[in-house]
Amino acid sequence: MKVRIKFRKYGPVRFIGHLDVMRFFQKALRRAEIDVKYTGGFSPHQIMSFAAPLGVGLESNGEYMDIECNSVTSSRDMIERLNSVSVPGIEVVSARQLPDWAGNAMASVAAAEYTVRFREGREPKFDWTHAFGSFLSQDKIMVTKETKKGLQKVDIRQGIYEMSSAPSSDCPAIHLLVDASSAGNIKPVKVIEAFCDAFGEKLQENALFITREETYTNVGTSEERRLIPLNEVGTDIEESTDMYDNINGDGNIKTANREGMEDGL
Amino acid sequence: MNKLALSDDILMKIEKPARYIGHEVNAVVKDKSKVAVRFVMCFPDVYEIGMSHLGIQILYDMFNTMEDVWCERVYSPWLDLDAIMRKEHIPLFALESQDPIKDFDFLGITIQYEMCYTNILQVLDLAQIPLRAEDRGEDVPIVIGGGPCTYNPEPIAEFFDLFYIGEGETQYESLLNLYKACKKEKLGREEFLRRAAKLPGMYVPRFYEASYHEDGTLAAFTPTEDGIPATVTKEIEMDVSNTYYPMKPVVPYIKVTQDRVVLEIQRGCIRGCRFCQAGQLYRPVRERDVETMKRYALEMLKNTGHEEISLSSLSSSDYTKLPELVDYLIEECDKRHINISLPSLRIDAFSLDVMGKVQDVRKSSLTFAPEAGSQRLRDVINKGLTEDVILKGAAMAFHGGWTRVKLYFMLGLPTETQEDIRGIAELSNKIAATFFEEIPKEERKNGRVQIVASTSFFVPKPFTPFQWARQCTKEEFLDKAYFTKRCIGEQLNQKSIKYNWHEADASVMEGVLARGDRRLSKVLLKVYEKGCFYDAWGEYYKNEKWLEAFGECGLTVDFYATRERSMDELFPWDFIDCGVTKEFLKREWLKALEGRTSPNCRKQCQGCGASRFGGGICFEPREADNTCC
Repeated sequence: MKVRIKFRKYGPVRFIGHLDVMRFFQKALRRAEIDVKYTGGFSPHQIMSFAAPLGVGLESNGEYMDIECNSVTSSRDMIERLNSVSVPGIEVVSARQLPDWAGNAMASVAAAEYTVRFREGREPKFDWTHAFGSFLSQDKIMVTKETKKGLQKVDIRQGIYEMSSAPSSDCPAIHLLVDASSAGNIKPVKVIEAFCDAFGEKLQENALFITREETYTNVGTSEERRLIPLNEVGTDIEESTDMYDNINGDGNIKTANREGMEDGL
Repeated sequence: MNKLALSDDILMKIEKPARYIGHEVNAVVKDKSKVAVRFVMCFPDVYEIGMSHLGIQILYDMFNTMEDVWCERVYSPWLDLDAIMRKEHIPLFALESQDPIKDFDFLGITIQYEMCYTNILQVLDLAQIPLRAEDRGEDVPIVIGGGPCTYNPEPIAEFFDLFYIGEGETQYESLLNLYKACKKEKLGREEFLRRAAKLPGMYVPRFYEASYHEDGTLAAFTPTEDGIPATVTKEIEMDVSNTYYPMKPVVPYIKVTQDRVVLEIQRGCIRGCRFCQAGQLYRPVRERDVETMKRYALEMLKNTGHEEISLSSLSSSDYTKLPELVDYLIEECDKRHINISLPSLRIDAFSLDVMGKVQDVRKSSLTFAPEAGSQRLRDVINKGLTEDVILKGAAMAFHGGWTRVKLYFMLGLPTETQEDIRGIAELSNKIAATFFEEIPKEERKNGRVQIVASTSFFVPKPFTPFQWARQCTKEEFLDKAYFTKRCIGEQLNQKSIKYNWHEADASVMEGVLARGDRRLSKVLLKVYEKGCFYDAWGEYYKNEKWLEAFGECGLTVDFYATRERSMDELFPWDFIDCGVTKEFLKREWLKALEGRTSPNCRKQCQGCGASRFGGGICFEPREADNTCC
């Protein structure tokens, strides 16, 4: 059974890289005693897939990973168990069962939504809150991208789906919805660099505080996109009323219950 | 969540910022307004090394079980952050609270190897604590040293207020109680240290004085005040099954060297290899109860989520309940998809069977540590491993499918001759030959066997029978390595043998620091002022700076390393009583020179002196044995 887990990442753990977040969850799943499926061999590993990697220093309200489970309890129970063994700043917000037809998290990613804030004193001087329209009216927005072949000039205009003032935030901010598919992923910092560039300014070093708000998959077509959050593909797992559902294939009562029993003793 | 000590700008600029942010799983956070003592434990090397150290995890856990104590951690900032902290005057901070270390009550530094001494200075310097203990005022943390290197604390004596000699489980509580009492009475730093010096296991360098003979050797080492003990006896935890052990060790975010649950199954070693310091320091052998170990294993796996577990001890094959423990772990770990990382085991039918179960035979290699190439020299060092045992073990392993063998040797051991060195090549060759003899051509995977022979250079250490031995010069060491290489090149199966050797410069300096005296504090200060630290990392070790510093201090490397020491010389570490007596070490040194071996503790007591601690192997029945040497 495939389960898609959505989590937030904020605070000090922003400085933990993608691979280390993966390692964190491998250990967290063991601590939470989630019944994850493993590969075979001498060094078995959990069957796990992460959606779009988040850069070091970024915050997120919409990170995803898919795991395969032998058995599950309920969405609520999984969320509680994972959060009880987590650290401040990594918070699981949903755990939903995926239909069999769903592609894995990584392959499913089509777009990502960001809120971008300028750090104090590092805002550009031009009237940027009113400049989105003219920036987006360009036919092409060329940026230099690091590829395996070295630096390449690419056009990112088609990959910027939305760019506007972010609604209801404490300080002026930018709302961005951009292509995040493996073929066309656009880093928000590249967009803002091009934005400043277009108005004759250079973005200062480490000028942005970026929050990824959500990661989307496309359930429409490539011409007519219909973007929905990755966890909307799945459905909540309800708590079972039948106690025998809580028994594993090997006949052991699941640990959550067993621990409860020990506590009672 | 605590506010980070480093700004986002800095964290985005440096390598692996996760080294400095704390907040790891199982890290202990307390309310600082509600604790009486703030302790920070330091391993003076980079995070990935320091976080792999079991000792700190044990003490961290122990301190934090004390309700009014909050123990945090700190490691050496890596070079990139070090440069930024110096430039921007950012004080070194503890990981948990992110508060500056200079505001703590205690800074405890574990000292595991000599080449980290300059990193101690780096930590003090970045923490904005005066490097020399005598320059420290009332508002500065008490700097305590512990760990194996403190069995000769003299080279770093000037930098420490206090050394805790021995195992940490026993006296810290009394030390902290004393501290609290002194603080309450506003007695001040000096008086606290004076009283601390009277607690068991505590050495406070400022209350001792060294004088020297004209030839530079130590004439006397005495307390400067009445009531300060002339001898400091090591502390030892005799009930190892019922003491502190971290059931919830801190789990780092980034990959560290020891990224697994570590189960310490016993302390001490029965073997008595004459070059080995740990084998003497941790006497007597004390085994941990196997049922306790089983329980700890499962609990720690559950609390950390680690995917691997390993056993820790000096010689795990000598743990009497090893088969029982390993069988249990194999069964339980298999259920949980946990890997078992085996310690180095004596190669026999049992260990090969276990290894075959827990490792991929095709990918793993077999390790032997004969340490010396000839039987004669192995007898000198009392390494009870014979060629016959090695070849039989190798043959068994080759039949089991192994094709890779690692061999560890030392060069420059006392009495070593060219013949002994040639023995390294010959033994390597015989192991390769065994493969070709034992395994028929059609069964040979890739048709080959790979032998990797590695040599390190012998460094004489305090409290070993070889503490009287002269160490080779760098040139002698390198000649020996080239000769080894030539001998290997002359072997029939030389194509199957790869040879590696270590750096010689740092080995000599390690020897100097290991057997050094108080005067070396000046050299260390000079070396550090010349910009040296991370000297344990080969690429950052600058030998010429060290030699310069010796010259400027009017001291020589030869005095500490290559000089012959007389049997009645007073050593700088003689004021410490580590349990084994100097008489015993002398007996062993003389036996070594005659090439005579000593049986291990389980076979026959050698009267080393450690039985006075009243427990461990000294009071267990001897093995009925007729093959005794």
